Amino acid sequence: MRKFLALFLSLSLLVLSACSMEPPAWAKPDRDGKDLEDLKIGLSVSTLNNPFFVSLKEGVLKEAEEKGIEVKVVDAQDDSAKQINDVEDLIQQGVDILLINPTDSAAISTAVQSANSIGIPVITLDRSADKGEVEALVASDNIKGGEMAAEYIVAQLGEEAFVAELEGVPGASATRERGTGFHNVADQKLNVVAKQAANFDRTEGLTVMENLIQANPDIKAVFAHNDEMALGAIEAINSSGRDIMVIGFDGNDDALKAIESGQLEATVAQQPDLIGQLAVQAGLDVVQGKKVEKNIPAPLKLVTIEE
Amino acid sequence: MKANNEVLQAKKGNLLQSITQKLGPFLGLLILVIFVSVMNPSFLEPLNILNLLRQVSINALIAFGMTFVILTGGIDLSVGAILALSSALTAGMIVSGVDPMLAILIGCILGAIFGAVNGLLITKGKMAPFIATLATMTLFRGLTLVYTEGNPITGLGDNLLFQLFGRGYFLGLPVPAVTMIVTFIVLYILLHKTPFGRKTYAIGGNEKAALISGIKVPRVKVLIYSLSGFLAALAGAILTSRLNSAQPTAGESYELDAIAAVVLGGTSLSGGKGRIFGTMIGVLIIGVLNNGLNLLGVSSFYQQVVKGIVIIIAVLLDRKKSS
Repeated sequence: MRKFLALFLSLSLLVLSACSMEPPAWAKPDRDGKDLEDLKIGLSVSTLNNPFFVSLKEGVLKEAEEKGIEVKVVDAQDDSAKQINDVEDLIQQGVDILLINPTDSAAISTAVQSANSIGIPVITLDRSADKGEVEALVASDNIKGGEMAAEYIVAQLGEEAFVAELEGVPGASATRERGTGFHNVADQKLNVVAKQAANFDRTEGLTVMENLIQANPDIKAVFAHNDEMALGAIEAINSSGRDIMVIGFDGNDDALKAIESGQLEATVAQQPDLIGQLAVQAGLDVVQGKKVEKNIPAPLKLVTIEE
Repeated sequence: MKANNEVLQAKKGNLLQSITQKLGPFLGLLILVIFVSVMNPSFLEPLNILNLLRQVSINALIAFGMTFVILTGGIDLSVGAILALSSALTAGMIVSGVDPMLAILIGCILGAIFGAVNGLLITKGKMAPFIATLATMTLFRGLTLVYTEGNPITGLGDNLLFQLFGRGYFLGLPVPAVTMIVTFIVLYILLHKTPFGRKTYAIGGNEKAALISGIKVPRVKVLIYSLSGFLAALAGAILTSRLNSAQPTAGESYELDAIAAVVLGGTSLSGGKGRIFGTMIGVLIIGVLNNGLNLLGVSSFYQQVVKGIVIIIAVLLDRKKSS
């Protein structure tokens, strides 16, 4: 029995000693110094099925083009596992800077660590990474944005107005942060009578809003965590014939049009192209050995019909 | 003598046909690999091959289970949802202090139980596999969201074995790839060398005949759906380690990738015909497509178009051969 135990222990030791967290040395690619013009940027986007991230990508491409730098773009289609594969593929293509717009902060950690192990600097866009070494995070100040929306409602409708909230994908960082910011102000000055998730989706925004109107006839304003849901909510409100103020978040093209036509009251506009540009600049600074801020806030602005 | 010759000729013809049938998917893979490596030589770099093996391992495990299911003439749409639910439960156990390896084992057993539910609905409930697993897919997805409250489960700690499971290397090979290869060998033996495998083929070939010849069809089916659930959960455990978290939306549409791999590998959706080796090739074809198109810098929108076209071509060629 003791012999068996000893055999088992030594065998498992043997197996363990054959394991490692690093790829084998023979498989690591060679990397050597390069000029600025020869740099290659890899951009991994969470999804290109959303105009916001398309603008973000455009911002990166525009800034890189001005500097004469090549960009490789991959699209994770909102699948965390695919994104890790995508980033591995970018590393394989020999990119020098990785710009990652994570689908999820926790899930992206592995990919960031793989980049770290080969020494490629990582900048995250819009969302952060929980683990691994990230040079900088370029993102809108979502908490501030939520507060801006709530303060606007207070300014327009006065305190204790009845409001509803359309939440984004439960657990997504934008949902948490925008919600937190909104409630920072709203919990004291407004009456949030209903909140429901509509998953950042226009169709769901429509159906959820229909239900909310049925259940809460005295709603005076709605804060949606993004424009898509806000635009869906407007359709529901129009067909119900009520007068409810809608505030969106993001400032995408459709939302700006809706503000012009007076259907959408306001939106807290992010500037995704600016996020992309700032990220490229930060990446280049890192490669050139300059110091960059860990958190680079991209400005937000409240767009109303007056602007 | 003449008659003998004719028989021999016919045998030769059959042999040739069976070789092309078996090698068809393999040739497809070979052409694809050559094409991608000519277009971008970095495809063949060692690190990329290792990446590729790791990238395909999750789909491979699911597709292996799916092969058994499809061989019986069934389908399992719930594998992606089982993956998500067992991954969430495993992560939940780890966070609450259960040893990670034990948690993975329990998670896989739970996966097998979820699969058994499918099997019981199909055999005892007499539901069509498509409907039964469509329903449980929705059910398991919902339970995952309920359990996780829609948030990813994080804080899985720094257990080395757990990290190795999805991210580490064993003798220079990624651990998930090792898991895939070992599983392949076990399942190959199970399918081609044991009575259980013969029963699987028999059920898919002609269920009534199988029943009459004394095969306990319901029992075999329940076992096969349990196997499918078990493998989905194993894939989920790898994913959990790779993502260092459990994602409530993990594994969405993975069932479709697995079905595509099985079909690409030449297994007939009507059951009874097919090989697990073909599935391995099908998995590699999809993996090379994903990885290669990324390396070639093809936009993700076109990638989906290409994948769809490849599946159509593969199935059309298969039809032509068998007719």
